[in-house]
Amino acid sequence: MTETRRVAGTGPTAGPVPPEPRGASGDWTALGESFAAKGYIASPELTMALHIALTLSRPLLVEGAAGVGKTEVARTLALVKDTRLIRLQCYEGLDAAHAIYEWNYQRQLLAIRAAAEGGETGRSVESRIFSEEFLLQRPLLEAIRQDTPPVLLIDEIDRADEEFEAYLLEVLSDFQITVPELGTIAARSIPHVILTSNGTRDLSDALRRRCLYAHVDYPGREAELAILAARCPEAEPRLARQIVGFVQALRREELEKTPGVAEMLDFAAALIGLGVNDLAADPVVLQATLATLLKTQGDRAAVPLAVAERLAGTAG
Amino acid sequence: MSRVTRFAARDPGPAARLVGFMAHLRQNGLRLGVHETATAMRALSVVTAADLREARLALKAVCAGNADDAARFDDLFDAYWLNAGRVRRKIMREGAEGKPRHSRSSLRADDGKTVAGGRIHAPDDETGDDAFASGTGRLVATTARNLMTRDLRELVDPADIGEAELVARRLAAAIRDRRSRRRRTARKGETIDFRRVVRASIATGGEPLRLPRRRRPERAVRLTVLCDVSGSMTVYARVFLAFVAGLIRADATADAYLFHTRLVRITGALRDDDPLRVLNRLTLLSDGFGGGSKIGSNLDRFARTYARSFVTGRSVVVILSDGYDTDPPERMAAALEKLKKRGCRIVWLNPLAGWKGYEPIARGMAAARPHLDLFAPANTLASLAALEPEFARL
Repeated sequence: MTETRRVAGTGPTAGPVPPEPRGASGDWTALGESFAAKGYIASPELTMALHIALTLSRPLLVEGAAGVGKTEVARTLALVKDTRLIRLQCYEGLDAAHAIYEWNYQRQLLAIRAAAEGGETGRSVESRIFSEEFLLQRPLLEAIRQDTPPVLLIDEIDRADEEFEAYLLEVLSDFQITVPELGTIAARSIPHVILTSNGTRDLSDALRRRCLYAHVDYPGREAELAILAARCPEAEPRLARQIVGFVQALRREELEKTPGVAEMLDFAAALIGLGVNDLAADPVVLQATLATLLKTQGDRAAVPLAVAERLAGTAG
Repeated sequence: MSRVTRFAARDPGPAARLVGFMAHLRQNGLRLGVHETATAMRALSVVTAADLREARLALKAVCAGNADDAARFDDLFDAYWLNAGRVRRKIMREGAEGKPRHSRSSLRADDGKTVAGGRIHAPDDETGDDAFASGTGRLVATTARNLMTRDLRELVDPADIGEAELVARRLAAAIRDRRSRRRRTARKGETIDFRRVVRASIATGGEPLRLPRRRRPERAVRLTVLCDVSGSMTVYARVFLAFVAGLIRADATADAYLFHTRLVRITGALRDDDPLRVLNRLTLLSDGFGGGSKIGSNLDRFARTYARSFVTGRSVVVILSDGYDTDPPERMAAALEKLKKRGCRIVWLNPLAGWKGYEPIARGMAAARPHLDLFAPANTLASLAALEPEFARL
């Protein structure tokens, strides 16, 4: 099929609408503050990368260890921008039918049967069943067809196959998708694209070059205290210092799975839920709540009670 | 700020300086094209470019492409913009030092133990230093290691690599049969792809005449090779290094490491088009070649760092070593067990597998055997090629 028809709804003036222009150059700190207001404490590097990504409407690749809050960046961005979050979780074997679009075959069949009974001609049936009505949108198509720019989160891109990565490149550079039966669908608005990667394989240079880059590390002591205060305001300052000190000390131990920020918050919630005021006071409770931080048998064995007590005693 | 580099009076302007900066980054190994320069320019126009901190962060977001780049970026930035133009000397020092990498604990923990402020992350543990037979302290051992630097070009011939490439390609192909758990459409297969049936039947007015099927596609196995280049392996290094180089060039997903007293990832260096340049880069990387062997420590380090990101259930880890280890055998066994937990298959190719009676090797190998999926002798390219059926059975 060579004919290229404009999809109804994209309209004659269609063409990517750039996201609203941002004001003066100093407002990247304002972005950081609005993130903080939504409970996400971003490092200056991440804030700047986000700011440039938003202003230049370029995709942003966020890398870092598991549990440092990569996915949360996109969630918070959607909150800050007050827009939709469209998420595409990548996995091995992810293909176009799951990421872009698919025809609703069952409905098409029903329509054909109904048309045959009604005596409709082949031509008109064909044009009807290959219309918008029978198109199932998957995240990528959905993202470029929003009126207001949504946040498109492409999570764990390193898990997808290399072929899919190549296809994604095309979508990310042109922001248009071609459906053979319908024609080319151009973006109504350019979504804010956030890609995350855990580093399970090396991403292609082409993809890296297309994106801006931010590396997220485990937060430092002060940053982590701020995160805890933002997410768990009911934690008393003394306990908060102890929790953060303990978790930071734990990260320096040799563990199979280093506890991330999410684990730290679980740990804090568990302690607060149990009414603990002092980490060093009750070793039994400490041992019980360690389950929120140490997730493997090996790690539990690596941090016996004595070590945990020592860490708790010196923390804060 | 007085430290800011003063550019010459005839300097044409900020754009030219930025272009100079991008060239400076490129020289230091960052992969940047013309497009990035344009993006960097635009990025600077949306921040307060005169503010040092903002400019630094903005350029970092544009220019860094991975964790390593990001860690080195600040030094490179300082060298160009804040060092009165004395670019080169500063880079050589700072760039090489680097910052703690993304791979966290283990490397960083060793920094404190490193000898005499050098940048060698030597796993000089308290025990088992008898690899450097003389020596009472660490300093002696380290000096000895540096003296043993050897030029690999004497050992490996670029022509060998071509031949090794063929062998490696065949071996890699032999083990590429692990099945995926997901099914894909195929002409022949065990189950019917219902979705496709319905789709195909639209063309025939709703009658399911064609019945497409699904099967599990074969997915590429990822090969990871750890090559021992310690003193006792020098004789075989020629064969094995050529094999490793060939493997990396034949298979885009393969991953390679060298180890003697420390572990080096050489995948990047081997992915060069020119075999001669590969050898040059390899020589630079394998500083300490021909020294003692600490197989246990190196395998342990590998399991704790690189393996976490690069070894999966679909990996085959190939260890090329004679098993002559100065670490206690239990250490090697524990490291292999840890590695095995990632779900990979482990192959050990030993050039000395014939010498069963040799006690130091026999002890280590006996400890390792329970964790190996394949243990075979190999010391020439021909013997490696002969392993093809063994690999196919993995």
